[in-house]
Amino acid sequence: MLLEKSPPVRADTGLDITLTINGQRRELTVTPWTTLLDLLRERLDLTGTKKGCDHGQCGACTVLVNGTRVNACLTLAVMKDGAEITTVEGLAGLGDRGGSNALHPIQEAFIEHDAFQCGYCTPGQLCSSVGLMNEGHAHSREEIREAMSGNICRCGAYTNIVDAIEDVMQGAAR
Amino acid sequence: MNRFDYVRAGTVAEAVQAYGAGARFIAGGTNLIDLMKYDVEKPGRLIDITRLPLDGIEEHDGGLRLGALATNAKVAYDERVAAQYPLLRNAILAGASAQLRNAASTGGNLLQRTRCYYFYDTATPCNKREPGTGCPAIGGVNRIHAIFGASESCIATHPSDMCVALAALEATVRVSGPGGERTIPFADFHRLPGNTPEQDTNLAPGEIVVSVDLPESRFPQHYTYLKLRDRLSYAFALVSVAAGVELDGDTIKTARLALGGVAHKPWRNRAAEALLEGKPATRDSFQQAADLIVSEAEPQSANGFKIDLARRAIVRGLEQAAAGTPQSLSDKRIQ
Repeated sequence: MLLEKSPPVRADTGLDITLTINGQRRELTVTPWTTLLDLLRERLDLTGTKKGCDHGQCGACTVLVNGTRVNACLTLAVMKDGAEITTVEGLAGLGDRGGSNALHPIQEAFIEHDAFQCGYCTPGQLCSSVGLMNEGHAHSREEIREAMSGNICRCGAYTNIVDAIEDVMQGAAR
Repeated sequence: MNRFDYVRAGTVAEAVQAYGAGARFIAGGTNLIDLMKYDVEKPGRLIDITRLPLDGIEEHDGGLRLGALATNAKVAYDERVAAQYPLLRNAILAGASAQLRNAASTGGNLLQRTRCYYFYDTATPCNKREPGTGCPAIGGVNRIHAIFGASESCIATHPSDMCVALAALEATVRVSGPGGERTIPFADFHRLPGNTPEQDTNLAPGEIVVSVDLPESRFPQHYTYLKLRDRLSYAFALVSVAAGVELDGDTIKTARLALGGVAHKPWRNRAAEALLEGKPATRDSFQQAADLIVSEAEPQSANGFKIDLARRAIVRGLEQAAAGTPQSLSDKRIQ
């Protein structure tokens, strides 16, 4: 860890951090005002994660930090030094059991249930779905809807998104 | 976003020492980073306190001690909180989104700023953002604003759901700062705006919240958090009610009631709580308490509807609490 204690570091030159992104360890130098979202998109070309509102209201930027879903737009990259980040680009890897780089079950289910139209919110919806299943608090359809309320879909694919999540959860329970 | 120094504190003492004019402590960041993107907050230094060992939830003095860095999600899904303080659990889960609750901290929830449109818009005056510039919300767009305890300087509301439950539960806030450690009763933590609306709380400069302590559980069955808003999920309260009652048969032994979305702090009326004690747990008693509370309401130009909404929400909240049928978190129909 670079900055274990005071005195403060003037950050004009950037701070050295380590992130494991989609299984790959990355040593990076970032200015402290760089959000995780901007780091992913502008520096690392991981443009699957989308910038919608940039204020934590739409959920398009949802990623997993140490398996927990958060809004990357409201996360300073420097504060996540040492963390494991999973973006939509890494979901296939998460679901990959046989080395075939197969899609994650939730990605298969989104295709099966036609759970998107324009697709802009989809990376956030997918990461949020995986986060929801990791949490394990939502069981009924109503609970899934409530737990996904941080992800806005202006095309209105909600019904099919809930169908897809329910399908994967039921599959996992079988 | 402005540029700033970044300090990662390893201990509470280090964090306090790193504090100076223009510095801000950061934990979850879900409100502070948002405000920085709007240039409402422009700290010269951010002191990252996320590595401090303050994220535990422990049994303490017959109650629970919630570490200031315990996330909203961690608190809400703690089994002891669910069993003994379901009012707190329900209030937390009625707020924000899962993503935000996974990041937002207990201490930060207390310190979040108002969502008044004028406070957020740096193109307009605002006494809270820039003292002395005026309050365009008065006579302006004030549908979401206060009906209790407002002043000629500021009519903003505190946006938290969690804090409304903590007010009803009579929690204590433990803080640490340059002057050492002290505790603040929850009712005294947040302030009314008066003529210093720039001060949301009674925290001294450089003080940080260390924990929120819950007293012994009194409302494990008879409670509700009823939140009324413009959409059913992921919206701030227009009016919310946190209610807990202790019953002796059909008689109310004690009642605790706090309202959200209606004032600069969670709004309690001790006279109304006292009025309920010894009364039968009936709609008539609840209406008397509600009438007493709203008798002090003063509407703005566009939020008069909140008075009737609050009256009805108080009655319904007390009915739900007394019956032991708290408002469902996923089925939004109000029973």
